[in-house]
Amino acid sequence: MAIKKTTKSNLITIAILIIIYIVCQILIATGSMSNLMKGLLVPLCYYSIMAVSLNLTVGILGELSLGHAGFMCIGAFASSFFSKTMVDVIGNTFIRFTLAIIIGALSAALFGMIIGVAVLRLRGDYLAIVTLAFGEIIKNVINVLYIGIDRNGLHFSMQDSMSLNLLEDGEAILNGPRGITGTPKNATFTIAIILLILTYVIITNLVNSRSGRAIMAIRDNRIAAETMGIPITRFKILAFSISAGLAGVAGVLYSHNISTLTATPKNFGYNMSIMILVFVVLGGIGNLRGSIIAAVILTLLPEYLRFMQDYRMLIYAVVLIALMIFNWNPTCIQWRENHSLKNYLPMFFKKEKEGL
Amino acid sequence: MSMLSVKNLGISFGGLRAVDSVSINIEKGELYGLIGPNGAGKTTIFNLLTGVYKPDTGIIELDGKNITGKSTMDINNEGIARTFQNIRLFKNMSVLDNVKVGLHNQYKYPTFAGILRLPSYFKTEKAMNEKAIEILKVFDLDEEKDIMAANLPYGKQRKLEIARALGTNPKLLLLDEPAAGMNPKETDELMDTIRLIRNKFNVTILLIEHDMKLVSGICEKIFVLNFGTKLANGEPKEVLNNPEVIKAYLGE
Repeated sequence: MAIKKTTKSNLITIAILIIIYIVCQILIATGSMSNLMKGLLVPLCYYSIMAVSLNLTVGILGELSLGHAGFMCIGAFASSFFSKTMVDVIGNTFIRFTLAIIIGALSAALFGMIIGVAVLRLRGDYLAIVTLAFGEIIKNVINVLYIGIDRNGLHFSMQDSMSLNLLEDGEAILNGPRGITGTPKNATFTIAIILLILTYVIITNLVNSRSGRAIMAIRDNRIAAETMGIPITRFKILAFSISAGLAGVAGVLYSHNISTLTATPKNFGYNMSIMILVFVVLGGIGNLRGSIIAAVILTLLPEYLRFMQDYRMLIYAVVLIALMIFNWNPTCIQWRENHSLKNYLPMFFKKEKEGL
Repeated sequence: MSMLSVKNLGISFGGLRAVDSVSINIEKGELYGLIGPNGAGKTTIFNLLTGVYKPDTGIIELDGKNITGKSTMDINNEGIARTFQNIRLFKNMSVLDNVKVGLHNQYKYPTFAGILRLPSYFKTEKAMNEKAIEILKVFDLDEEKDIMAANLPYGKQRKLEIARALGTNPKLLLLDEPAAGMNPKETDELMDTIRLIRNKFNVTILLIEHDMKLVSGICEKIFVLNFGTKLANGEPKEVLNNPEVIKAYLGE
C-alpha cells in the first residue's frame, strides 16, 4: 500500500527540520554563523514548539486560548526549580534534564487539565477569557512567591525571602520578582530540535488516530459528534492538556537556556500569548508545518530589523500584513501555484503524483 | 418484540406544547414513517429520542431498556443513531474519516497507543478501515473515500450521513428527511438503499419524510403527527386515505 498523503507530508516536514539542523551545525563548525544567530537557535525551537502546540488547541480542537504563555511559564518555573534543587543530587546531566522536561510538561498539563475541567464543558468562547486571566494570574502569583529549601524540607512565603526562616544550610530557590537564578544551561540546539520534532510527531500522530478524529469531529460539528457517542468534554480536555503540556516543554527549553528566569510581562505576558497566536494564524490554522515556518520567520524578522531602530516594529507590522496577503489572497495563491517548484522541476515531482 | 416503545411523551417550550402525549410502538426490524405538516413536532420527537431535549413527561424504552433522560452520548451507546435534517457532516474531514468517527465506540485503543504508534494502533486502524470501506461500499461512496466531506455533492452528503450513523452499529436508525433536496432518480435509489440497509445491517428504521412516494413506497407503518399530537397511526394505505390526514396536509 502506498504511503498516505498526510504521512508523506509529515515525513517531509521532519526531513526539512533535520536538514536545517545539519546545515546549522555545519555553519557553526565552520564558524560562519553570527553570534546573534547562534543565540537564536534554541529560541527558534521553543517558539516553534509553542506555535505547534497552540495549533493543537486553535486548529485541531477549534477553541481559542489566549494564555498559552502561562503554560510555558509553569513549565519553565517547575522544571527550573527541579533542576536547581537536584543539580547536586543527580550528577548525570542527561537524566536530570530529561526528568526536568517531564516535570515541566506534566505540571503544565496538570494546569491545562484543571482549566479544561472547569471551562471546557461550557459552549462558547469561555476558554479564551479564562486562559487570558490565567496567563496574567500565574505570572503575578510567581512574582510574590518565595520558596526555599533546607535540610528540613521546603519553605514557602508570600512576603520576602527573610520570612522563609531557612536554616544556615538552606537556599532560597524562587525569589519572587527576582525569580530563579543559576538554572543549569542544559538546553542545547540538538536537544531543542529533537524536542521540536517530538512535539510535531506527537501532535500529528494524535491527529491521525482515533482520539484525533474524535477531537476534529467535535470541532467540525459538536452535536453530530455527540450523536456518534463521543464524550465531548473528555476529548476537549485531553487535547487541551496535551497542548498545555507541550507548551510546558517549550518553557523547559526557555528556562534552561537563560541564566535568570523571571516572570515578567515581556516573556510570559499577554503579548507573548498573542505573538504565538499570530504565528498560528499566519502559518495557517490547523497547519503544523506553517506554524513552524511562521514562528521562525517572525522570530528572526525583528532581530534582523534592529538596524531600523525606532521603525522596527512599524516595519514588522507592515511585513505581517504583507505576509497575510501573500498567504491568503487568491491572486497570490494562483501566482504561487504557477511559480511553484513543481512547474520548474517536474522531473523531481513525477513520482509523487503517481503515488497520490 | 418491540424495539422502541414510547409512552405518553411530551415536552413544552415556554407556553408551547410542542409534543403532547405521543405514544409509538415500533417492532424489531420495522420500517416506520413519521409524517406531518411543517411544525408538527417531528424533529422535536427525534431530538427527544436522542436526548438532545429531555422530555417533560413520558417514558422511552429501547429494546426493553428505559433510556428516558439519558445523555445523547449514552443513548447512542444504547443503540440509537440518527441523521439530521440540515446535514451535519464533519466537513473538514475525509469521507472515510467521517465513517471512522462513527466507528469510534466499536473499535478502541488508548490515546497513547495512537501517539506512540503501538501495534494495537495499526491492528485496530486496519480493522476500522476495512469496516468503514465495507459500509461505504453499500452507499457506493468507496471511490470517494479520500475526498473532503464538504466537497461531496448534496445527495452523496446525505448518503454519507446515513453511512456514518450506521457506523455506530445502531439497533434503531432515525432518518430525518433523508430525501430532502434529492431529484426523483436519487430518491428511487435512496429507497432501495434504505431497504437494503434494513436487511443487511439488521436495523429498525424510523424516518421523517415529506416525499409521499418514498413514504408509501417503503414504510410498513406510518405515524401522522399534527400540532404535537397523534392524528393517525397504522398501515400506509389506510393512513394516507384518512380524511383527517388529508385535511391536515391540504387544508379544508
